[in-house]
Amino acid sequence: MSTATAAPPSPAPPTTVATVRTREWTHVLGAALRTPRGRVGFGLTIVVVAVAALGPAFAPHSATSFVTTPFAPPSGKFPLGGDVLGRDVLSRLLDGGWQLLLIAAAATALGVVLGAIAGISAAYLRGAPDTLIMRVVDVILAFPQLVFALLLVSVIGPKLWLLVVAVGLSHAPQVARVIRSTALDVSERDFVKAVEILGTPRRRVMAKEILPNLVTPLMVETGLRMTYSIVIIAGLSFIGFGIQPPAPDWGLMINENRIGLSENPWAVVAPAALIALLTIGLNTFTDAVARVALGVDRAEQAVVGERIGGAELPAGMASE
Amino acid sequence: MTPRPEPAHQDLSGLAARASVSQLTVRTTGSALSVVEDVSLEVGAGEILGIVGESGSGKTTLGLALLAHARRGLRIAGGSVRLDGTNLLELSPGELRRLRGAALAYVPQDPGTALNPALRIGTQLEEVLAAHGRGREVRERVAEVLTEVGLPMTPELLAAYPHQLSGGQQQRVTLAIAFACRPSLIVLDEPTTGLDVTTQRRVLDTVRELCRTYRVAAVYISHDVVVVSTLADRVAVVYAGRVIELGNTEAVFNTPAHPYTIGLLDAVPSPTETRTLRGMAGIPPRPGRWPQGCAFADRCPHVLPECRDELPALFEASPGHSARCVLVEAGRPGRQATPRGGVDAPTASADFRPVGAGAPLLELRRVTAAYGARAVLHDIELAVPERACLAVVGESGSGKTTLARCISGLHSRWQGEVCFAGERLPTGVRGRSVAARRGLQYVFQNPYASLNPRRTVGGLVAQPLEEFERVSAAERLERVVEALRSAALPPEVLERYPDQLSGGERQRVAIARALVLGPRLLICDEITSALDVSVQAAVVELLRHLQHERGLAMLFITHNLALVRSIAQDVVVMQQGRIVESGSVADVLDHPTHPYTQRLLEDVPEEAPAAGHAAAGRA
Repeated sequence: MSTATAAPPSPAPPTTVATVRTREWTHVLGAALRTPRGRVGFGLTIVVVAVAALGPAFAPHSATSFVTTPFAPPSGKFPLGGDVLGRDVLSRLLDGGWQLLLIAAAATALGVVLGAIAGISAAYLRGAPDTLIMRVVDVILAFPQLVFALLLVSVIGPKLWLLVVAVGLSHAPQVARVIRSTALDVSERDFVKAVEILGTPRRRVMAKEILPNLVTPLMVETGLRMTYSIVIIAGLSFIGFGIQPPAPDWGLMINENRIGLSENPWAVVAPAALIALLTIGLNTFTDAVARVALGVDRAEQAVVGERIGGAELPAGMASE
Repeated sequence: MTPRPEPAHQDLSGLAARASVSQLTVRTTGSALSVVEDVSLEVGAGEILGIVGESGSGKTTLGLALLAHARRGLRIAGGSVRLDGTNLLELSPGELRRLRGAALAYVPQDPGTALNPALRIGTQLEEVLAAHGRGREVRERVAEVLTEVGLPMTPELLAAYPHQLSGGQQQRVTLAIAFACRPSLIVLDEPTTGLDVTTQRRVLDTVRELCRTYRVAAVYISHDVVVVSTLADRVAVVYAGRVIELGNTEAVFNTPAHPYTIGLLDAVPSPTETRTLRGMAGIPPRPGRWPQGCAFADRCPHVLPECRDELPALFEASPGHSARCVLVEAGRPGRQATPRGGVDAPTASADFRPVGAGAPLLELRRVTAAYGARAVLHDIELAVPERACLAVVGESGSGKTTLARCISGLHSRWQGEVCFAGERLPTGVRGRSVAARRGLQYVFQNPYASLNPRRTVGGLVAQPLEEFERVSAAERLERVVEALRSAALPPEVLERYPDQLSGGERQRVAIARALVLGPRLLICDEITSALDVSVQAAVVELLRHLQHERGLAMLFITHNLALVRSIAQDVVVMQQGRIVESGSVADVLDHPTHPYTQRLLEDVPEEAPAAGHAAAGRA
């Protein structure tokens, strides 16, 4: 047989059988960072995250001790003035972000994991499981996210773990919807059938065949949900159901200090600005990732067959 | 750089060239990679020029450039496109827009996406006519253009939405739209690719008639050598963005001069004779990555050192027939009317009778299946003997894929009896024994969908092993490499991902995955329909080899009757979920008894120029 297909030489003969592609997400993140939109978003996000993460180490005063007069205007010793009880606004600002970020991250992770499991199961298993999962999703979706979280917190009380669970649960249905629609498409592809035909257990089909093909939509969902988490948790803190005083927290600070808005606006404006910058930054970066994933900015590469994710289809492809 | 040759001038037998392009070059917008390079062609009024090329050769880009259009990411970088003397590339966008639809028309490959699904057929036709200032007589014109393409002018048709029409009817509507304003130039881009042979034949007849009647200059783009040979007056063979052979249809197909054209023709299966198909070695270069010198040099059996340095000019092989090959310049055209490769070769499939055949490996009795309330299979009975290949032939919708899915257990709603190696199989794959799941493997139609894009080739081929056997990493690697070798793939592909492979290589990976467990029966579901002919030939050769060497039995499902002779010993013909005829390949194809089989065989396009050989083969 003389039909061996010529292939370009490879650098070294492989010694093991690699299984699953792992570099997809780094590819997409890297490509997103090369776009102007991605750079701006990432820059904003990193600045706020740095303030929240490193801030506690640089806080000049204790966040909870009364060091000045209530609503003292900015001065040399207290660059952002004093808050409603005479605590240093700058110190509280520097110390008040990490908790918010941690809770938001945990809630997002919980929501995305639950949502992905629900969405993939619904799409792949079809029939009764699909109906069950999606009707539950519909019921939860009927409550606005903030109201749903409030409901849980007001019944059980403001505990940090509950905040994570409440916000995470309120995300899950939305993630499930998005992931289900993409997973439906993937489940129909022949490579899934090629594995089913071997009698592979369903759980392994979902984890090893379908999930790896949902990496980019999951990345986009994670970014979006993180933004919402921050807004919801800051919102809950603002109305008193979130992080409890006297702990410093950006959402809480806005509420506590709004009565002194005219005396020392910085006590309200500074935390509000940080929350705004963080959400805008995250959203912008997520948008850049989504655009890269969709290949919007890569029309040219698509033509010459250099796309990262998908393959170039031959001209004569018409399925039966 | 060689001096640029004058494009070989054709005797257009009195026809003025209506449309012509010269030195046309299309590049990508950013990095200026060449997709179409220095193409010069002309088409006369009433003439059909066929453009033949395999996927990625730039034929669609060339076709669109003839209409002064470039897809997103591409631009026309040089040359001229003249229509009745006007250079289209110098027109303003507004002027071009007025020409498009009126003087310039385009028929796309897939009518399903070309027609607006939300508008009625009548509305879509009237739109075109109204847009080009024929408002008053629109009604009569609609009737006229519909009659021309062989559709009845009924209120039902005008009120229908595209999805209510069949594929053939949809394609007729796009033809009607294209011909509505009496264009001067029409570009048809694989308009019959998705259609059944019977429908294809009727659509081709319509195209031919309309072009002749209205003296339209037509360009017919296709990967299907046979279709082009029946339709076109002249042919341009495109490879790696350049025209490598150009001439009268008869000359090009009877006495092909370029080694690529010869290879392409040797790969085409014939419905009337048993042919050993010859695939071409190597893979075509990717768009924008054309090599220096002759782009075919790496795959050419007659390659000379100078081929890689310098691009050969279009040399005249005979009057009105030229090819871009140094062999032609040296006065040694590749082949002079020699018989086609491998005709009646001793190893030809039909002559091959597997040893020890008799006991059926797979047997179906009264298999009936349904999708929802719709019955798709009725009382299917068939048997595949050990080491034999049974072809299942039918048009789309005949239920042949459903049949394969029932046998494999992917589709579990069927009644009847399927016995494999003496064991009666449960309907669904999850209820089946390990022996049945290992012994019966499946290769899917579309290699672009059947390989998980997130897995390496090694991971893909190792999947069945992981499912059934606990083996050490070293043994697993060894078995995977062995399976790849059986599918004629080098071990270098182990760490590649599917999107780094060509279509043919992907299908080989899918075959390797099916082979790794050492199955007894392979179900091949239209496995070559997504591939180019040269690649198809290589894959068919591979399967034949596996059948002969390994004693692998096969159920080969195809809509391509011509392919059956090259691979199978027995054949069943399916129509609307029933088997209408069955028997040995020679019996059924030479002496069809059922009218449906007879019609199918009649409608298979045959290369007009090769008819002499075919007749000789039959005699």
